[in-house]
Amino acid sequence: MKTRRIDNYGKINRDKILSFRWDKKNYTGFEGDTLASALLANKIGIVGRSFKYHRPRGIFSSGVEESGALVTIGSKDRRDPNVRATTQELYNGLEASGQNAFPNVNFDLAGINNYLGRFFAAGFYYKTFMGIPPLEWGKGTAIWMFFEKFIRKAAGMGSASGLPDPDTYEHAHDFCDLIVVGSGPSGVAAAIEAAEKKLDVILVEQDSLIGGNQLAENDFDNSQIKNQLENLGIKIMTRTTAFGLYDNCVVGLLERVTDHISAPNLNIPRQRFWTIRAKHIIVGAGAIERHIAFNNNDIPGVMTVNASKHYLNRYGVLTGKRIAIATNNDSVYETAHQLSEAGADITVLDSRSNFEIETNKNFEIRKGYVPYNINGSKKIHSLDVSKSENMNKYETINCDQVLLSGGWSPAVHLLSHRGVRPKWDYSNACFLPSDSKENITMVGSSRGLWNKNDCIASGIAGTTDALNRLGISKTNYFFPKPGGWKNPIQPLYEVKYKKSRSKSFVDYQHDVTTDDVRLAHREGFISVEHLKRYTTLGMANDQGKMGNIIGLSLMAELLNKEIPEVGTTVFRPPYTPVPIGALSGRNVGKHFRPLRVTPMHQWNIDHGAKMIEVGLYQRPWYYPKENETLSDSYIREASTVRKTVGICDVTSLGKIAIQGPDSTEFLNRIYSNGFSKLQVGKARYGIMLRDDGIVMDDGTSWRLAENEYFMTTSTGEAAKVMSWLEELLQTRWTDLNVNVTSVSEQWAGVSVAGPKSREVLNNCVDDSLVVNNNNLPFMGVTSTFLKGNIPCRIARISFSGELAFEVYVKSDFANTMMDLLWANAKKYDGCLYGLEALGALRVEKGHVTAAELDGRVTIDDAGLSKMASTKKSYIGSAMRKRGVLKNNDREILVGFFPSNLKETFNAGTIVCEKNNIKGQGIGRITSVTYSPELGHWIGLGFVKGGLDKWKDIILVGADPVRNKQMNLKVVSPHMIDPKGERMYA
Amino acid sequence: MIRINCPYCGERDHSEFSYGGDATINYPSLDASEKEWTEAIFFRKNIKGFQFETWHHSNGCRMWLVVERSTVTHEIKSVKPCHPDLQKVVENNK
Amino acid sequence: MMPGNHEFYEHSLKLWENLSHELNYNVMFSQRAHVSLFHSPGAKDSVSRIYNIMRLHGTDAELWDLKTLKKKIPHLNYHNSRFPILGAAVQKRAGNARHDAVAWGYARAADTLGVDILQNCEVTGFTRKNGNIESIQTSRGIIKGKKIGFAVAGNTSVLWQMAELGNLPIESHKLQAFVSEAVKPLLDQVVVYGVGGAHFYISQSDKGSMVFGGDLDWYKSYAQRGNLPMVQDVAEAAMAIFPSLGRIRLLRHWAGVMDMTMDGSFFICKTPISNLYLNAGWNYGGFKASPASGWYFADLIANESPHNYVQNHNLERFEKGINIDERGAGPDPKLHG
Repeated sequence: MKTRRIDNYGKINRDKILSFRWDKKNYTGFEGDTLASALLANKIGIVGRSFKYHRPRGIFSSGVEESGALVTIGSKDRRDPNVRATTQELYNGLEASGQNAFPNVNFDLAGINNYLGRFFAAGFYYKTFMGIPPLEWGKGTAIWMFFEKFIRKAAGMGSASGLPDPDTYEHAHDFCDLIVVGSGPSGVAAAIEAAEKKLDVILVEQDSLIGGNQLAENDFDNSQIKNQLENLGIKIMTRTTAFGLYDNCVVGLLERVTDHISAPNLNIPRQRFWTIRAKHIIVGAGAIERHIAFNNNDIPGVMTVNASKHYLNRYGVLTGKRIAIATNNDSVYETAHQLSEAGADITVLDSRSNFEIETNKNFEIRKGYVPYNINGSKKIHSLDVSKSENMNKYETINCDQVLLSGGWSPAVHLLSHRGVRPKWDYSNACFLPSDSKENITMVGSSRGLWNKNDCIASGIAGTTDALNRLGISKTNYFFPKPGGWKNPIQPLYEVKYKKSRSKSFVDYQHDVTTDDVRLAHREGFISVEHLKRYTTLGMANDQGKMGNIIGLSLMAELLNKEIPEVGTTVFRPPYTPVPIGALSGRNVGKHFRPLRVTPMHQWNIDHGAKMIEVGLYQRPWYYPKENETLSDSYIREASTVRKTVGICDVTSLGKIAIQGPDSTEFLNRIYSNGFSKLQVGKARYGIMLRDDGIVMDDGTSWRLAENEYFMTTSTGEAAKVMSWLEELLQTRWTDLNVNVTSVSEQWAGVSVAGPKSREVLNNCVDDSLVVNNNNLPFMGVTSTFLKGNIPCRIARISFSGELAFEVYVKSDFANTMMDLLWANAKKYDGCLYGLEALGALRVEKGHVTAAELDGRVTIDDAGLSKMASTKKSYIGSAMRKRGVLKNNDREILVGFFPSNLKETFNAGTIVCEKNNIKGQGIGRITSVTYSPELGHWIGLGFVKGGLDKWKDIILVGADPVRNKQMNLKVVSPHMIDPKGERMYA
Repeated sequence: MIRINCPYCGERDHSEFSYGGDATINYPSLDASEKEWTEAIFFRKNIKGFQFETWHHSNGCRMWLVVERSTVTHEIKSVKPCHPDLQKVVENNK
Repeated sequence: MMPGNHEFYEHSLKLWENLSHELNYNVMFSQRAHVSLFHSPGAKDSVSRIYNIMRLHGTDAELWDLKTLKKKIPHLNYHNSRFPILGAAVQKRAGNARHDAVAWGYARAADTLGVDILQNCEVTGFTRKNGNIESIQTSRGIIKGKKIGFAVAGNTSVLWQMAELGNLPIESHKLQAFVSEAVKPLLDQVVVYGVGGAHFYISQSDKGSMVFGGDLDWYKSYAQRGNLPMVQDVAEAAMAIFPSLGRIRLLRHWAGVMDMTMDGSFFICKTPISNLYLNAGWNYGGFKASPASGWYFADLIANESPHNYVQNHNLERFEKGINIDERGAGPDPKLHG
């Protein structure tokens, strides 16, 4: 027989044949298959290799708990490692391969690790590889790092493409009254009840079909349920996993939109990450069947009982011919019966000696028997079984499959995300969810209910609970009692192997064995959290969905405690792994952060600007002519400004309108210098300190009217200053009658600088008188019109040290303003200048920017002591001279020249005394430029004690990371025109 | 997600807001001593449990709010504007 | 960048380098290089300042230009990045270690030296006598001691107030951590970057998981649970420099509570109670400091006075205006990354 597929079973569409490739060979399956069911149908037993020992791994489950069938899907830049074959829907042309194996999963050279087991027991890395074995001689990290290379290569599971992910992902948002997780009987009952009570309901199902575990039933048809849900207006989201619960009933969902489609439309996102804000959450996430630890319990052909029922009834695949079922509970008998009906030869080993079950004569039930050891390596040949009371004797039964059911664990994961610890239920041998104070209700088998009617009742009760908590109703309700089996479960986690070392697996993927748990115990790793970290139990892709309880029970036994005394590890989100691409959505590549541009952005580019990133802004960096380099260009631009005139886009400065009767008082409190005497029509440069007395920002404020100011801030601090002003007015100085409004986006600004700037402006304003020296003296402000009736604000402010003006117009007029100014500047051989030239000009003048005001500098350090008023108190005045801040050996702003004027230097250079070039040095260079005016490189920076101390003493600039060192001369930071004659011109 | 019920905008994700800090600090007068200012600026109760704290609706109405929130569960008991006059307006509109 | 700070961290690194041997426990300290990307000429200059100081202290530090960086880490986003990658500042001796192994190795070594380690033992109160702390009440009984040290990151304020010492320059914030599914080797270094308001770090564990994280959740919290906006932010930051991570899946994320201080620097100091010593305020740089943190704390407790390197790491530094702050962000604990 070439296939395990049998007729008359399954919900697959046998008319639609799908072809797929597994490890470079062609196979077929049917529409409705998962990759796992198709592989099983094609009798492929080995689908992977385990993490440490590289043991062959088969398919253990039919769902998200899978820890064996992790495969790689797709190729090139769409290669997906570590995909669970059990949840990957089959599509035409699907390409899959086994992983963590060379050359392939059937014959893996690293399988040798299996025989080196004693070296690979839990925690072995911690005891070895430090030095030269066996005595670990040596020092330092070299030997470990030598071994580490090989260990890293051997570790990992699948390999990632390393190529940029070509797919797109989407963020989506929704709101609802109730979100129901899981579409089994309880979830559906809850959703219907809620919709009938007029709640707005979203029902989420990770599977492609609704129904939950009913999909494993032979006669289950979900179409009627689906119709009913749809008619009630319930939003059904299939292929969608609720991966995490967060504060305030917010649920994170991952919707797999195209992962099941062979050639998806690339305009559709591959996946969607949903943020759902619900008022109540009902979780009916089901329960997960556990396996049993015994020797060789990992041989391909081992599976949970419920999985084989799924494969039979949903996919028409009979997973074995001679099947041994090992159990400790009632849940397997229906499956045993169905498998037997379907033609398999069944033996049930039930660890319980005394119980009643409606037997079917088709198969043998061996009461009081447990599985002891599997014989076989790549597939099962036979199973050794023994009586649970006497394990010294065993007998062997021939079989090709072993199905396990060690009990069921309710999926309490989502509740665990909220920090709610589950409680152990002895009678059902499982953790049950505790009640949550938040609006979260657990229903169905995730609260330990094993039969369908109880599940349905719990769903209705869950919705009543939700309605009560939402204040919509006040109805009594009760949840059915946990359990529902006729005979009690008998705890069975491990069957101890008497011979030498056993490989009884607790965690299949990470190869954590029962011996590893014992070793951890011997070495004192007895707390659950330590056990987990030491053995890596529960840290694999399935996060311990199947194995955790077994590990816990073993530890409890070793400690002579009960399971609840040992505790449980906290499950963290996500419930199942979520691609990082989905979480980042569309905010990738250039869209990582928004791009801010000024209204004349395109104008600048059209006029040759090369742009540079400044925060979120792009600003003109330089405007090269022909083949000019950055350096050629900025030197030309700066020289032109000093010679004639230049125009620079300064729109990115923060702009704040300050209005109200107490505006002057407000400015007087936030700036270190006085503002009370500033006349209408004048601007003033001001410095703001933080509460702790350190400089926060600088800028200008223009008095437009008695009670109205226009404030500019630096580009970088604009948002912070705005929030700060609002905070002061709304929380500290609530008696002040002032309103602040950000108008940064409303105004476009340029600086017109240079000896010819007034003439240029003269030609651009309607009334040329307004900009003459009388009407607009230094720091004067006027509101007037540019030609063409464009309202504007002009202030005579200079950053460059030249005669200069800042002109602001409404953003809509930005390009018109630029055209006008540029046309006139050209007449004087003017230029457009960018940030680099702006920097050169201000460094020459000794003006500070963010490079100097780095959040550690006091107003005195910055050489601006005269800006600190002594006649008033202001923010930071109490603190600016505390302790060492008043010392006179602090690093003070100075200028630097290279001693040899032909030399260059970099910002970031450390300034040292000549015979002591080490450590912190005595200062630093913060900004440098070539000075066209002086004809050599100059710098701004700080040095201990300032100019007075180091005048005429040669210092050394050390820049080892750029292999530079040079002698330096300390000079005044005001390197040109120290008296400001040009500005006042 | 913490959901903050802004008195002006309604209930919104906390990512629309910026966390300020302890809302119970009494900032001293501008000419108070270094000691008083040091205490106000640098030292915090750092309550584990419910505390009054400020949030700025920076991507919304720009109002500064006093929020009573648990620093353990993130549960919010109350949200009010910081400014007393705005508080009155909210009260009167109830 | 204050005197002492560099020496402290360099000492820490030296202790790291021999820690496995000293503890006879492999903490898997892997000196795989710490690579700090820069994205603008200005950022290159500011990082050069710090790395120059390291060099002038005799510590290795270098700049990688774009060509070198591309060769060493080929998978970064060199072509389609919102903020261009221009190069990196590199410390080759830095790297990562297996954090659990560090804790276990220390615990085992301490135990061997005669230290009693009491697990699951919560401090519930203090008994004072003559101004000193005479004994500690715990969930497992009373413990008397001559000297008491606090090293309870995240909960420092809680114990401080239990000892009736008032307020501290600390706020508790939470930082999320992220681990992906294990994949074959993809990244050999520790890569960090900060631009556009984002801050991000990533490395690959020996097991194959990508281990990464970003900023605080931005609000004060003692909850060890993160929220979605920061999950999204961190994923965006990951994709911004590492676009091939799109198909790698997040396996687990959680949050830890951090002592965020008012200036971003730690405390190893004496306290108003003469037999109580404080080790706190590690913000989120504590792991790299662990060996030195213990060393200087022990030195303080044994010698009753702080070593020169940590002499300013006390509670009085704020009033004294002593600035250790490495970022200059001002007195707002959430801003010190």
